[in-house]
Amino acid sequence: MIPGSFDYVRPKTLSEAVSLLGKNPEAKILAGGHSLIPMMRFRMATPPMLIDINQLSELAYIKEEGDWLRIGAMTREADVDRSDTVRKRYPLLADTARVIADPLVRNLATLGGNIAHADPANDHPATMLAYGAQVVATGPKGERTLEISDFFRGAFETALAPGEILTEIRIPRAQARSGGAYFKLERKVGDYATAAVAVQLALDGSGKVASAGIGLTNVGLTPIYAKAAAESLEGKKPNDGAIAEAARLASDAAEPVDDHRGSEEYKRHLVRTLTNRAVTQALKRAEANAGGAA
Amino acid sequence: MSTHQISLQLNGESHTREVESRLLLVHFIREELNLTGTHIGCDTTSCGACTVLMNGRPVKSCTVFAVQADGAQITTVEGLAQNGNLHPIQEGFMEKHGLQCGYCTPGMMMTSVALLKDNPSPTEEEIRWGISGNLCRCTGYVNIVKAVQYAASKMKGDSNG
Repeated sequence: MIPGSFDYVRPKTLSEAVSLLGKNPEAKILAGGHSLIPMMRFRMATPPMLIDINQLSELAYIKEEGDWLRIGAMTREADVDRSDTVRKRYPLLADTARVIADPLVRNLATLGGNIAHADPANDHPATMLAYGAQVVATGPKGERTLEISDFFRGAFETALAPGEILTEIRIPRAQARSGGAYFKLERKVGDYATAAVAVQLALDGSGKVASAGIGLTNVGLTPIYAKAAAESLEGKKPNDGAIAEAARLASDAAEPVDDHRGSEEYKRHLVRTLTNRAVTQALKRAEANAGGAA
Repeated sequence: MSTHQISLQLNGESHTREVESRLLLVHFIREELNLTGTHIGCDTTSCGACTVLMNGRPVKSCTVFAVQADGAQITTVEGLAQNGNLHPIQEGFMEKHGLQCGYCTPGMMMTSVALLKDNPSPTEEEIRWGISGNLCRCTGYVNIVKAVQYAASKMKGDSNG
């Protein structure tokens, strides 16, 4: 299958990319291309121009700075997976990067693309909701920071304004006694999740949950933040009963539909089971996490 | 329609061509350079039959535009043998019967070469994880894993000797 014709431009700087996008509002940004190019081959997308930002090495980095882990939007999934900082200090992100598509796709696919594409089946959105992350958008008027909770507006629809490029993702810097986990059921490697659950927890000195975040993948038109489930854990030392209650609330927050991956009922059951496992694993990791640098 | 002049190194040789922006790298390799060892399987970024190394990393060449490979170093299956000697991974697939129909084999080998460069002594689980983006519909993967293990031990032997 051959994509439709398009103009191709390869800016050397971010400001050049922003200016090109400003002049060509119908253009699409080409990052890893592993969602966009398949859509173009099927002619589900026929953009008149691609602005290839793969040369912008200024957008590929992973660094802890101030209160944040800052990740450049062009960071490849394989590099997220290989990062010592991520592996040692951000287990929820490490779990997620490791199960996106397959190893070949991860060599080109980017963290920024996974979020900006806003496919409710993508994995990072739920993870970023659980972390309470921020995204940085760069446009003709400069940079602005958006809360991830305001970012996903619908299926494939985000709060990015015309002319803006997603340039950075910021995750709250890892603290001692915090931990997370991502549990995904997929029919086979490379498939989208039938359902997946992201959990991030922080414990206080007495072992009670100080803060919790729970995100759900591919059980609605957007990634879902399971607010009631997360809040139900806060202020408690979660025992089996409390974890089961959070899992039930997460399942209630899901909005799955019947499709070739399973029935609505099956997916709700799956969200309950995966939440149970992810909270249990996140707790274990938080308890074992004495802090310390990567 | 836009066309672009690109220059790249393929298996160590320089090529410069005028390409349409929508031309996929796999079509460029097969139809412009007439190297048909790189296969097209699914056309949906699923099967990995079209895997080539781009700047050392295995990628699905059906999901990269040729114009994106401007300035890149590409290695295809034709670039594995050196001076008439098979690469250890090729020997492994032959010795361990790692193929039946052979359609997935070039992609499997390119992924395996990159895997062994990163991790010269992979466990069986690491091999299976590493090739999980390459589909084989004949073998059940058992002999493919053995072929990669053969290559790993052969390559270690060579570097020790």
